[in-house]
Amino acid sequence: MNEPAVLTVLIAMLGGAIRVSTPFMFVSLGECLTEKSGRVNLGLEGTLVLGAMVAYAASYHTGNPWIGVLAAGVAGSVLGAMHGSICGLPRVNDVAVGIAMMLFGVGVAFFFGKPYIQPQAPRLGSIPLGFWSDSASLKSALQVNPLFFIGIALALAIAWALRNTRWGLVVRTVGDSAASARAIGISVNFVRLMTTTIGGFLAGVGGAFLSLSYPGSWNQGLSSGQGLMAVALVIFSRWDPLRCIAAALLFGAAGAIGPSLQSIGITQGYYFFNAAPYILTLGIMIATSSAKHSARDMPGELSIAK
Amino acid sequence: VSNAPLATDAPRNIVSPFAAPATGSDFAARLRVNSEYIVIPLFALLIAAALFALFLLAIGKSPVDFVAYVWRGGFGTAFSLQNSLQRSAPLILTALAVAVPARIGLIMIGGEGALVLGGFAAAALAIPLVSGHAPVTLTLILMAVSSMIVGGLWVGVSGLLRYARGVNETISSLLLTYIGIAIMNFFVEGSLRDVSNPNKPSTMPIGEAYMVGKIPGTQVHWGFAYGVILCVALYVLMTRTTFGFAARVTGGNLRAALAQGLPVGRLIVACSAIAGACAGLAGFFEVTAIQGRANASLAAGYGFTGILVSFLARHNPLVIPPVAILLGGLVASGGLIQRRMDLPDATVLVLQGLIFVVLLTSETLYGRFAVFRPTGGRDRT
Repeated sequence: MNEPAVLTVLIAMLGGAIRVSTPFMFVSLGECLTEKSGRVNLGLEGTLVLGAMVAYAASYHTGNPWIGVLAAGVAGSVLGAMHGSICGLPRVNDVAVGIAMMLFGVGVAFFFGKPYIQPQAPRLGSIPLGFWSDSASLKSALQVNPLFFIGIALALAIAWALRNTRWGLVVRTVGDSAASARAIGISVNFVRLMTTTIGGFLAGVGGAFLSLSYPGSWNQGLSSGQGLMAVALVIFSRWDPLRCIAAALLFGAAGAIGPSLQSIGITQGYYFFNAAPYILTLGIMIATSSAKHSARDMPGELSIAK
Repeated sequence: VSNAPLATDAPRNIVSPFAAPATGSDFAARLRVNSEYIVIPLFALLIAAALFALFLLAIGKSPVDFVAYVWRGGFGTAFSLQNSLQRSAPLILTALAVAVPARIGLIMIGGEGALVLGGFAAAALAIPLVSGHAPVTLTLILMAVSSMIVGGLWVGVSGLLRYARGVNETISSLLLTYIGIAIMNFFVEGSLRDVSNPNKPSTMPIGEAYMVGKIPGTQVHWGFAYGVILCVALYVLMTRTTFGFAARVTGGNLRAALAQGLPVGRLIVACSAIAGACAGLAGFFEVTAIQGRANASLAAGYGFTGILVSFLARHNPLVIPPVAILLGGLVASGGLIQRRMDLPDATVLVLQGLIFVVLLTSETLYGRFAVFRPTGGRDRT
């Protein structure tokens, strides 16, 4: 196959966008839910790394990568529950606790993850959606992991539930005005504990994707800021799970620029293109924030964007 | 927005404005109130140590051995103590990079990025100066200044974005850290790579003649001394000057500061830039006193440990050096622990994370104990 270089890059970026976006998707969905209830969990970077490690270890020991995914979710929800219960105490700052949880999660992951850097664990299989095409590069780009579709289904479900169920109303009320929620007898701390725990579960699953699908191995440099970028991405998606998916795909494409260019032999500025997602995140944050008024559709109790 | 200790005192005074002068001298009352800020963090350290001991027992290691190795590796001998002091130098400077913005109500965690870029700027500037045989002192001064300017710009941008665009400074400063590391890698693996060094991509070594020396009579480099001096200077700046007062007012109550006509934007950017300059200076010393060149070793995590140091010191510059020495000792003993106890090098990270989490949890204890009230608890409401 001799495709023009531009097409090769575009196809590689499409495949990259699907692959790279999945962890962004899960972390940002989790964070979106947590922030909807009025709390910020900056520790999801740590959750992501710990999830990746636990998933790899569980998959290695049981031989079933889906048990790994589940184990990563459980590990993530433990970290989420820790964050949620600590922040439920009076006078505790959720942003600062998030930083601490980030360092703690990464520390624990590196501690227990050391023996798993060498061995090969069974990885998650992919669905070959490129069967109709003759192009090898398109075929490899359309090797899509089931978690990608699970993430989209989850986003639809969360978006629907937030809008249409009693449970969703409770979460939104807690996030918009804790005082009103208390007045009608809702336990604000309990709701936030739940949303942070579920958010942690999702972030853990996102980590499982990193170690079990793409890049598909466990090492200490596996995640460098994806968890944090996902948090920024929630602000950009204006606390809407569906927009989180779109934003995650955009970020995935940005993250895939470097490797895609490398695939046609452009290695110049590899490190610059590696920095592209961070620069994009920062640019988006600058463009969507405002000094004068708080962000559109922001939950009223949120401390992160003023 | 802020978790600076300033704001937390306010409600108590509103509840009972006349209670304070009731008993005891002014000094005794202040001592009573301030001892809370010492007792509670120490209590948190104790709890974190206990939890970590349980963790070690659970994985079948001896906590007693651990303490013994931390003591031997960090403090027990003259050599290990000097090693700890040496390692505390970047921690002091990166902790200042958190403490100064904290006074104005910002949680800046961009110290790592400013350190890396500051160190890189120094090493890059050294290439033409060293090959041109410029005078040593002048070269070092220029390198230090460029480190501080680059670091200051890097964190100053976060402050500016916060003020001008309302961008969350915690996220932006951490993003800038990743960008900073990528910029250094870009040059170190590209145009500024020392091709004669096949092992690790690095810039040209600055050469033995241009290295910063040790403090006479010790094995500790000058970065430690400058760090301590900066702590005192910044303490004076933040507590004894109009600038510091205005910054603390802004941190305590942004609206009040705006109503008073304080130049809030300039104060925020200035505090952020000072913070970045401190971290940049840490990078300068890492390059000129330890590494001798800029490479990926600069991003060794000092910026992140510095966050913990600053929080443990309650963002008080005068408390930062002892806390930094404590954590420097912990970091320094990491290698010994790894070898003798067969624990991964991340053990120190786990302990640090645990201390950080417990410390922040202990924030909830402030104001709950009558012992620390100036009037012995009679005004409890």
